[in-house]
Amino acid sequence: MNCNETRDLAHAYVDKEIDLVRAMEIEKHLDGCAACKALFAQEGAMQSAVRERASYYAAPRHLEARIRAALPGRVKKSFVFRPPNLSWLSFAASMAVAVFITWGVAVHLNTVTADDRLADQIISGHVRSLMADHLADVESSDKHTVKPWFNGKLDFSPEVLDTAIEGFPLVGGRLDYINNRPVAALVYKHRKHFINLFIWPEEPGAKSTLQTKTKQGYNLIYWKNSGMAFWAISDLDEKELMQFVNLLRQPATTQ
Amino acid sequence: MSDTNRRFEEIALPHLSAAYNLARWLVRNDHDAEDLVQEAYLRALKFFDSFHGEDARAWLLAIVRNTCYTWLKQNRVQELHDSFDEDKHSEADSSADPQVLMLQNASKELLNRGIEALPLEFREILIMRELEDLTYKEIATVANIPIGTVMSRLARARDMLRVSLERIVREEK
Repeated sequence: MNCNETRDLAHAYVDKEIDLVRAMEIEKHLDGCAACKALFAQEGAMQSAVRERASYYAAPRHLEARIRAALPGRVKKSFVFRPPNLSWLSFAASMAVAVFITWGVAVHLNTVTADDRLADQIISGHVRSLMADHLADVESSDKHTVKPWFNGKLDFSPEVLDTAIEGFPLVGGRLDYINNRPVAALVYKHRKHFINLFIWPEEPGAKSTLQTKTKQGYNLIYWKNSGMAFWAISDLDEKELMQFVNLLRQPATTQ
Repeated sequence: MSDTNRRFEEIALPHLSAAYNLARWLVRNDHDAEDLVQEAYLRALKFFDSFHGEDARAWLLAIVRNTCYTWLKQNRVQELHDSFDEDKHSEADSSADPQVLMLQNASKELLNRGIEALPLEFREILIMRELEDLTYKEIATVANIPIGTVMSRLARARDMLRVSLERIVREEK
């Protein structure tokens, strides 16, 4: 990487909007280039100054109460505290149900958001890999080349399957950064469409059914198996992506 | 209270400080920021049907931003067209080391003044990135601009801030 290429990425670097391999290439360049290093230090100093010292205006305490009061459809207080027709038992039971339902909704919402957040990161990773012309760090259709490439770069060894005969040739592998950790990204191709398959370890023995999402025109299929998380993403239609996913899952089920 | 309202409160109220911080930096005073955030929440409830469980903070901030822009258009239209006076500001000091030192010593007051002096469309990007820690993609959603524009505005915002901080420091000497 030369000085110009490095400097072009200065903002993306301090903003952590860059893949791990690029970041390492930049750091390598900075080690040997005092001028670029000074420039990066300046961007870093700017970021820390604003983050640490510019005012963050947290909402004043009374604002939440004010907004709650202004929202339409509030139940009058007298109604809440007036359960004359209910025996205490049924009142307590209905409260328990209400608490249970609220709790259920909250848990449900939390999981939705967690998956959605992950989906956003997966989409960003996929788009970035296509946009920056940075599909693969190791380009090979040979799984015996791709799998060993990850050795020493990750704290796990992703399973790399050859699905060329079925029409999904392997293109290569790449390091990416998802969910606050380095992950393996395997790239496959189907006709002119690319598929990114992200893999990282979860808690031992984690297993889940297939789940699908469609977002921003991309189809995502994700699942957990043998303690690993898998996310496949592509602009392929869901049926074809599912065909690919089923190929991957076949050997796992016969193991 | 209806289920919709309850769900709305659960989803939208946790982001109240993010909403207020953005509004406060856009309109630059407490009183108007409070009114606008309240108006934005009422609007958000009205449009709650359009929320499909995606990023709640980005969804809400987009509504807060629109509410503030509409208000600025009606009340302080000149601010929407304020540009950064390049003539008034000399180029930033070309050597990096003194700049790092200046930034490390910059006080809260200096930084606030510098950021407030940025034109609106640059100020908001910087606030979302540095103070709300939004990703480029989230900022693109909130401001309704392409990611490429987020990147160029952010780079420009940081350049402008550097220049304007140096100017303030120079003038105060």
